[in-house]
Amino acid sequence: MITAGVDVGAKYVKTVLLEDGKKVLTGTIGPVGFDVSKSATEVFEKALLNANLKREQINQVVATGMGRKSVHQTPPINAREIVPEVIADAKGTHHLIPTVKTVIDVGAEEGRGVKVGENGGVKDFVINERCAAGAGTFIETMARALEVGVEDMGPLALKSTNVIPMNAQCCVFAESEVVTLIHSKISKEDIAKAIHDAMASRIASMVLRMGVEKDVALIGGVARNTGFLPPLKKELNTEIIVPEHPEYVGALGAAMLAFEMEGQK
Amino acid sequence: MSEESGEFWRWREYRHTQPSMDWHDAKIITGGVDIGSVGSKAVVMVDGELYAYSVMRTGGVSEETAIKVTNWALEGTGLKTENLHHVVGTGYGRVNVPFANKTITEIACHARGAHYIYGPTVRTVLDIGGQDCKAIRCDDKGKVMSFLMNDKCAAGTGRGLEVFADLIRIPIEEVGKVSLTVTEEPPPVSNTCVIFAKAESVALLRQGWPKERVAAAYHLAMVDRIIDLLTKVGIEKDFVITGGVAKNIGIVSRLERNLGIKPLEAKLDPILAGALGAALFAKALYEKQIGLR
Repeated sequence: MITAGVDVGAKYVKTVLLEDGKKVLTGTIGPVGFDVSKSATEVFEKALLNANLKREQINQVVATGMGRKSVHQTPPINAREIVPEVIADAKGTHHLIPTVKTVIDVGAEEGRGVKVGENGGVKDFVINERCAAGAGTFIETMARALEVGVEDMGPLALKSTNVIPMNAQCCVFAESEVVTLIHSKISKEDIAKAIHDAMASRIASMVLRMGVEKDVALIGGVARNTGFLPPLKKELNTEIIVPEHPEYVGALGAAMLAFEMEGQK
Repeated sequence: MSEESGEFWRWREYRHTQPSMDWHDAKIITGGVDIGSVGSKAVVMVDGELYAYSVMRTGGVSEETAIKVTNWALEGTGLKTENLHHVVGTGYGRVNVPFANKTITEIACHARGAHYIYGPTVRTVLDIGGQDCKAIRCDDKGKVMSFLMNDKCAAGTGRGLEVFADLIRIPIEEVGKVSLTVTEEPPPVSNTCVIFAKAESVALLRQGWPKERVAAAYHLAMVDRIIDLLTKVGIEKDFVITGGVAKNIGIVSRLERNLGIKPLEAKLDPILAGALGAALFAKALYEKQIGLR
């Protein structure tokens, strides 16, 4: 049996095709354009092409992510069910690393913490969805202010050992603060570190509200950022596991849920 | 204008001297320097009356801005910083005014300055500055009774409006007026965060909304947020608005409509309230110092 998970995020669509709830056949990713369902379709069809499959051969599709409604029971993806991100996150992480009890998912526009129960269910969760300061957008905006590429931010931060406090929480105010720091001749490395420290402290304080139980995993696109992990570990005072393809975990979870739904029939 | 440079947020800097006044026979000359996060203001008061002032953008180094803005206010008057009997610094960068005799919080200064601009009937002051929004309740002497402020989030502040003006490419001084040209008010932008609201506005523009309609939606969201703050502190008449955003008619007229309360009209530039309050405190402090009080 083949199932698909489609994660329609704020900035990227991810698709995972899964065989018998075990074997990942392929994973595809693409940016979200103006027409969300068109972007999702492109990513989905690329996955079909990779696995040499047709839509009719997919037994069940589950969608998640901010834009999940745009593919819900809408051809050609025609996802039968949609689930909130936290459910897909817990399921996907549990499948990959069964010892994980706390999942931290930092995407482009949302940060989430999920407590994973038995069988990958959700015991509790916290979400920041109102403020860009606790999401990937924060790093992106700061990268623009520093005039460096967003993918260079992490490596840059790792070069610094200095602690520069950032007073601003708000992304917009932090942008002005970064400009002030540049004027004060603080190095880009130190500023990049300060930015990651500030974001880690925000995510940590949100997750600590819920409570952190080991093992802890970090997923979502921001998990790819090497500069974010050390300050987050420090804030939470724990080791953190990052799966190999952290941005696909939500889509994988959705594909797992599709498999379970299909099995119940 | 900044239209060619594409810097639509860049508002005009200015200064003024009261031509009918002369400081040579004055007993007390004081200064108020308000170093805000976005704009800096300096006023010179002669025996408790506004004599000269300047308004400019806050630069990267607050000390330099404090010196620059004060020198600009004094320009052409024949006065120098040393001639000011007493100077009070206020605002976000108040500790960075090197020649200030004392610093006082902007909350106290805004209430005091609003009392000077609008008179003793003022009970609620809404100050919308560059990086914060304050709702202040005060008594008939301009003394602060209570206040609430948002200084954590750009939504509902001048900086947020600057970001938006840049996005829709309408100069900051006109964006409010443009937002009022809609025939019918759209639903407000649904995102609180300025970063997300910006993305939402881009989506609306792509959907074919005209600029003025997107501007109206953005202004409405800002007004909702400001009203939340005002409601929490409680509004008592007379109600006044100070700070740079008091000049945005798109915000002021919607606040008036949605609150059902008409703010008093300013006789002086409302952006000066903090600096005026500081200069008035400086006068009182100096009088105490020389034994007049």
